[in-house]
Amino acid sequence: MRRHFQAILKLFYRTLLVIPLFLFSPGVNSFASTQEGVSLNPANDSVFSKEKIEKKAEGFNAGDMIMEHVTDNHEWHILEIGHFKLLIPLPVILFYDGQLYTFCSSRFHNEERSYQGFSLPEEGPEKGKIVRLGAIPGGPGVYDFSITKTVLAIFISAFLLLVIFISIARSYSRNRSKAPKGMQSLLEPLILFIRDDIAKSSIGEKKYEKYMPYLLTIFFFIFLNNILGLIPIFPGGANVTGNIAVTMVMAVFTFILTTVSGNKHYWIDIVNTPGVPWWLKLPIPLMPVVEIIGVITKPFVLMVRLFANMAAGHIITLGFISLIFIFGAMNVALGYGVSVGAVAFMIFMNLLELLVAFIQAYVFTLLSALYFGLATIEPEHH
Amino acid sequence: MTLLAIILQIAGNFAAIAKMGAGLGAGIAVIGAGIGIGNIGSSALESIARQPEAVGDIRSNMIIAAALVEGVAFFAIVVCLLILFI
Repeated sequence: MRRHFQAILKLFYRTLLVIPLFLFSPGVNSFASTQEGVSLNPANDSVFSKEKIEKKAEGFNAGDMIMEHVTDNHEWHILEIGHFKLLIPLPVILFYDGQLYTFCSSRFHNEERSYQGFSLPEEGPEKGKIVRLGAIPGGPGVYDFSITKTVLAIFISAFLLLVIFISIARSYSRNRSKAPKGMQSLLEPLILFIRDDIAKSSIGEKKYEKYMPYLLTIFFFIFLNNILGLIPIFPGGANVTGNIAVTMVMAVFTFILTTVSGNKHYWIDIVNTPGVPWWLKLPIPLMPVVEIIGVITKPFVLMVRLFANMAAGHIITLGFISLIFIFGAMNVALGYGVSVGAVAFMIFMNLLELLVAFIQAYVFTLLSALYFGLATIEPEHH
Repeated sequence: MTLLAIILQIAGNFAAIAKMGAGLGAGIAVIGAGIGIGNIGSSALESIARQPEAVGDIRSNMIIAAALVEGVAFFAIVVCLLILFI
């Protein structure tokens, strides 16, 4: 009994060490904001830009609102009533031409949205992306390491995870032989579920302990961020797991762990898959090529699955809300009427999203554990 | 107008046709996901009926399989969104 709790205690402390690795996602966000600033902009398409100019006169643009909530931003908009805007301007950290520039993003709140030679345009092909004024293409690029909305949300959820799990670890070390109570008893079934049904059954009795910190961290990080994304007000409501950069970092971690812990049998099974006829391997190595592509696509699918599930859920919920405003713009009474049905659908979608939040965290963790199990497979002795 | 004039006029509007293509693609992908998850659900229900004490195992396997099939459908959604917005 005592050794059981001591083992869990060690698992917790090791889990906490892995959480700071997720703070490396900010670096990847510099890549993400360039991609999202250029690619997810409807104004690129000539048909879209005409409609956009017309709709700006009308006042409510559903596509813009949804994209603004789903993509990253240099400020955190909390509230907007009429002309009163409550927002949190976040720090901007730029690295351009060998020099570091740091300032608050509220400096961009002037007429031409520019400060110190950088500008953050609000429309056009570089919307939402910090560019250097008068830059020639081919010159040094602007590397954006700002604390954006997604990064701040990652900090908040990492802080929450640390608080919860340090308190659980401490209560385990204090009540060594007593029954668990409080936060400990809330999360112990989940933790034991991950240990027994995910880790032990996929990786095996002998080697699962090494991977438990990573699996626990992945599961609770994804689960907490999914749940926080469903809460509409600060500090929730930031689309962390629906950001492909964040899920890419987690999939890369899984890929690195699988590759590093792959033993001889893992690599032999890739190049010389057992049970496959020889003519698929020898003159033209079809099977090895398929297996090597599989090594890359398995983490890639992990990334896209989580990203698409979360982003689609947010887009659907926001779409139901915009239905109310679209109908309301046509006729106020129609807006009120539609709002009954739209709110009902939205509640249903939110409940479904709660289920999807847990299932996606579970599937990501389970598949990571399966890949670790495949990497450390021992051949059966006949 | 002649047939050629009509075709030339349509060919100038490819952005709109691309959007329709994205919508069709998403619809067809969802058909595949619906059929797949329906199959999973029906075989899960059948096996629960045959062996009611294995409900827990069957339920968790069904959810895993459904999440994987949905993942594939989401690939198609991502491609259609790329068509619309890039």
